[in-house]
Amino acid sequence: MGHGITSVLLVALGGALGGIGRFAISNAMAHALGKAFPWGTLCVNASGALLAGWLLGVYGVANTQSLWLFAVAGLLGGYTTVSSFSLQTLELWQRGQAIRAALNMVATLLLGIAMTALGWWLAQG
Amino acid sequence: MSINAYLAVGLGSAMGSVLRYSVSLASMVMLGTHFPWGTLLVNVLGSCLIGWLAATASRAPHGKLAHWQPLLVAGFCGGFTTFSLFSLETLHLAQQGSMGLALLYGIGSLPLCVFSAWMGERLAFSHPPAA
Repeated sequence: MGHGITSVLLVALGGALGGIGRFAISNAMAHALGKAFPWGTLCVNASGALLAGWLLGVYGVANTQSLWLFAVAGLLGGYTTVSSFSLQTLELWQRGQAIRAALNMVATLLLGIAMTALGWWLAQG
Repeated sequence: MSINAYLAVGLGSAMGSVLRYSVSLASMVMLGTHFPWGTLLVNVLGSCLIGWLAATASRAPHGKLAHWQPLLVAGFCGGFTTFSLFSLETLHLAQQGSMGLALLYGIGSLPLCVFSAWMGERLAFSHPPAA
């Protein structure tokens, strides 16, 4: 674990940048499309999944490489989120919008898996 | 949105990401790499925390917790939980031929996280509001 500190710093730096990117995009999407549906979180998670799939296709599973730590564990990990998705789905449900809540869940899952597969496929060239 | 809010989100997300990375390393050591326990754990815990934070802040809109929302909610909870790793792991399980595990993990995770957020909310409402 000689590179322990470096690993932690790479994850922290990536996580900070990813979080700020998510916050900016979520705010911009909420401003542009309103808050009736959590478009921002869906968009962030779908685009993050695409990039993650592409990186998996290019580099394979490499848990200790610096690039992987920074880009996947840090940047994309911090950029995408499940907590906001959970809260927003719960809020839709509690506002009596069960169909939107279910749609958000299905869309997030299907889009996430499809985008990851697409990213991976694009990387195969 | 003020620059301070962005800095708070960045700081919270950095801390959340490092903690997520630690949990995932610890879970690989303790529970093996056959199933992505680490990611499932951070997503369920982070969802419970965001539910608790949102409910607690809504009961005391001018309290300390509401003031720390960018750091704690968009920052820490956002960075601690991850959707990209969840997607990657689901695809990876499927590519390895573990179709049953991929389906279980893929379809089970998100409803479990929503349920966990609800539990966090219930937990907040079961205690008197914090100062």
